[in-house]
Amino acid sequence: MAFMKRTGGRNKLAAVMVIAAGLMVTGGGYAVATTVAKTTQSAEYSQAQVDEGKKLFLANCASCHGKNAEGTAAAPSLIGVGAASVDFQVGTGRMPGQLSGPQMFKKDVQFTNEQIDALAAYVASLAPGPAVPTDEAVATNGNTTRGGELFRINCAMCHNAVGAGGALTEGKFAPSLKGVDPKHIYEAMATGPQNMPVFNDANLTPQDKKDIISYLKFVENNPSAGGYELANLGPVVEGLFAWVFALGGIIAITIWLGAKSN
Amino acid sequence: MSNQGKSAAKGGAEHTYEGGLAVIPADAIKDPGLEPHRVRMTDKSPKHERAAVRQVASLFVLSFLGSAFSIYAYFAFPITDDLGSVRSNTLFLGLGITLGLMGIGIGAVHWAKTLMPDAEVSEERHQARSSEADRARALEIIKLADEESGFSRRKLIRRSLYTALAAFPIPAIFFFADLGKDQTNNLRHTMWKAGTRLVKDPTGTPIKASDVTVGSVFHVVPDGLVELEEHMLEEKAKAAVLLVRLDPADLKEDPAKASWSYDGIVAYSKICTHVGCPVALYEQHTHHLLCPCHQSTFDVTEHCKVVFGPASRPLPQLPIAVDSEGYLVAQSDFNEPVGPSFWER
Repeated sequence: MAFMKRTGGRNKLAAVMVIAAGLMVTGGGYAVATTVAKTTQSAEYSQAQVDEGKKLFLANCASCHGKNAEGTAAAPSLIGVGAASVDFQVGTGRMPGQLSGPQMFKKDVQFTNEQIDALAAYVASLAPGPAVPTDEAVATNGNTTRGGELFRINCAMCHNAVGAGGALTEGKFAPSLKGVDPKHIYEAMATGPQNMPVFNDANLTPQDKKDIISYLKFVENNPSAGGYELANLGPVVEGLFAWVFALGGIIAITIWLGAKSN
Repeated sequence: MSNQGKSAAKGGAEHTYEGGLAVIPADAIKDPGLEPHRVRMTDKSPKHERAAVRQVASLFVLSFLGSAFSIYAYFAFPITDDLGSVRSNTLFLGLGITLGLMGIGIGAVHWAKTLMPDAEVSEERHQARSSEADRARALEIIKLADEESGFSRRKLIRRSLYTALAAFPIPAIFFFADLGKDQTNNLRHTMWKAGTRLVKDPTGTPIKASDVTVGSVFHVVPDGLVELEEHMLEEKAKAAVLLVRLDPADLKEDPAKASWSYDGIVAYSKICTHVGCPVALYEQHTHHLLCPCHQSTFDVTEHCKVVFGPASRPLPQLPIAVDSEGYLVAQSDFNEPVGPSFWER
């Protein structure tokens, strides 16, 4: 129904669209489902959700973000950050923040999915912003090769070539992307949480984002061909392993070779 | 010299040294002689000897099993479409081959150490000087060679050969000239020219100023680079650019360079001025750009000045503008060489 309401409300060809929709339903519900899913945005929120979200916001968020989400010295304005930002920050447990510091940590999620949706509905009602992606937009059936190239150009400098994460300045870090919900990866790219830059749809198109997510899930779900990953942290860990175990083994063998038998 | 050696030896030792060129100090450490022979358990007890024989044989059998296992592993763990199969294939083949070789090596050493004779012996060094007969024969050969080649007799050949040998190393002196001024200017210029569009890496899509929202980071190359048939990577290594948009109020621009940015959009070389790593770890709120190699940190709000780390110069800024269609273009090439220091910089 959301599909018809949105299209019909704005478009002079509403009647034609309704007939077309009717034909498509008779032709098969599947076709309609695919057409709707092609958009990257989820359905609109109801007024009840917005009202519920406002109550939750005043009780849990307003002390830092201000009563009208206008921001305070302690926290930024949330006007225009969009539903995707709320869904990411609250859905991964980063918000509400437990203490102020260089970086907000991921922790146990504090709200139910319904409450998160309500909060997202409220923040989205303040001003337009990135919406929560549909399931189709974050499906992992994209082009992993292309996703890998885009990931290495745009993301790997902070998040490591296979998404194992890495250090930034002054205690901040780019978190590991292993085990992160594809929806949250998409939302992080669209909204640029904390110190991460924004990758809007002009920079990384929805297809680009889908390919990147597909690549990340591919490397996460496939074993490394090169043997043990050692947490994928790169040359420091690998070098340390070689120095301690390989060189240690060589020294042990050398001592044994030179020792006399009992 | 040999006198010195002899007198030193007289000072405190029972040996006489043929000192040669060596200087032997009066307080030289005495030759302690052979250490007392220690009898091994395998020499004393037949039980231990039999155990050692069994150990050595077991090691050789283990080696055999390892080799056999690697043949088995070749067929049992083939490489398929699954990436994990590569891992088990190399792991088990490697384990088998390792056992095969290590078993032989460790077995052989264990055999030598426990069962072969271990009596210590000392052997005298032989004279370094060849026998008179050998020396006379060598001289004879040299004389014969000289006679047969005519080296001493044919002055023209000898002198021209000396001239050739003397001239051969001289060109190397001229090659040092290449260490001077760079004739090609390759290190001073990149692909960027006035009007070159900024395009996305790797797709080559041009970028509208309106696409770059505040907090965005675009990884940028010059238009035409992606299509280059030759030297694409060399050009990219010099021309790669990071495009960032800040709130214009956050920028603290030098008035002379204020026209290099466009409404808060700034473009900087991605090549670190320390040793040339790609600097691209941009923090949206601190506006710091971090180099992952040696932690040089640049402040994007102030023309990428160095705020931490070993880099000695700010990242070069690419002056940008917007063309009639709204796309971002370069005003010119960088106004200084990109990347790390070189001999004339």
